[in-house]
Amino acid sequence: MRLSPDQLIFWQHGFFKLNGTIVFTWGLMLVLAVGSKLITRRLSTDLKRSRWQNLLEIIVTGIEKQISDVGLKHPEKYIGFLGTLFLFVALAALCTVIPGYEPPTGSLSTTAALALCVFVAVPLFGIEEQGFWGYLASYTKPTIIMLPFNIISELSRTLALAVRLFGNMMSGAMIIAILLTITPFIFPIVMTLLGLLTGMVQAYIFSILAAVYIAAATRTRKPKPALAIKN
Amino acid sequence: MDSITIIAVVSIITAGLTIALGSIGPALGEGRAVSTALSSLAQQPDASATITRTLFVGLAMIESIAIYCFVVSMILIFANPFWNHVIAGAAKVAGK
Repeated sequence: MRLSPDQLIFWQHGFFKLNGTIVFTWGLMLVLAVGSKLITRRLSTDLKRSRWQNLLEIIVTGIEKQISDVGLKHPEKYIGFLGTLFLFVALAALCTVIPGYEPPTGSLSTTAALALCVFVAVPLFGIEEQGFWGYLASYTKPTIIMLPFNIISELSRTLALAVRLFGNMMSGAMIIAILLTITPFIFPIVMTLLGLLTGMVQAYIFSILAAVYIAAATRTRKPKPALAIKN
Repeated sequence: MDSITIIAVVSIITAGLTIALGSIGPALGEGRAVSTALSSLAQQPDASATITRTLFVGLAMIESIAIYCFVVSMILIFANPFWNHVIAGAAKVAGK
């Protein structure tokens, strides 16, 4: 039984392998890039607009609202990163209705790459907002004793992001594969439906957690106005 | 029993125990989280958006513990490093 689409090899030439993860990721990238290019080629601002533009507007405004709900002040600055994460993971889960497709997020390589993107992006956004030393000082925030724990939490939450997405996607595919050998008619379809729901929730969780981490890193300390007035 | 059999037996039993014991804690935790969220939803329906979002994030955090156990048990069954090591060693001995 295959644990991940890494072991599904389409083409091999010496050291280079084109496995299922790479091919399906390229397919998703193609769909996302070409699709959004096609839709945004003819944007209109009057009342008559295409249905695809409506779909894209719903998605973009929805993501912006979610990001600003988390507590980030200017969501349009972060939607390029967070929205892409959400769209990629969501489309990877949504395409499981296509026969022969396996989600590339069911491979630990893909999810580790996505988590590493978050791992790099959080300090970058934090430094941009707070300055280099201001961001580094946030690691010693309550007291200096918390410094090692803050560093450990930075690493462990990256691992948690990667393994959570991988485990959810892989368990969905694995349960369907096991059920196909036991009850091949109805139950795999039900579990596929459940897998769609799980995939959507995981895409939401992944991008919301990235947004929460960015919000925690970019939060500048506010001066306390109540105390200032009292004094 | 040779070492391959011992590794197989230990791996299978440990995989079952991992997912069995490891799902107890997250199940209790998720039950508590959902029941508390439901009662606070009933008390304050206006805050449903915030409560639901926090609930989902928290549930994913709790559930990831069970997912770690699942990943470990899957590794023990399908991609066992000790098993592969012993098999490789046996192949090397047989090839000599």
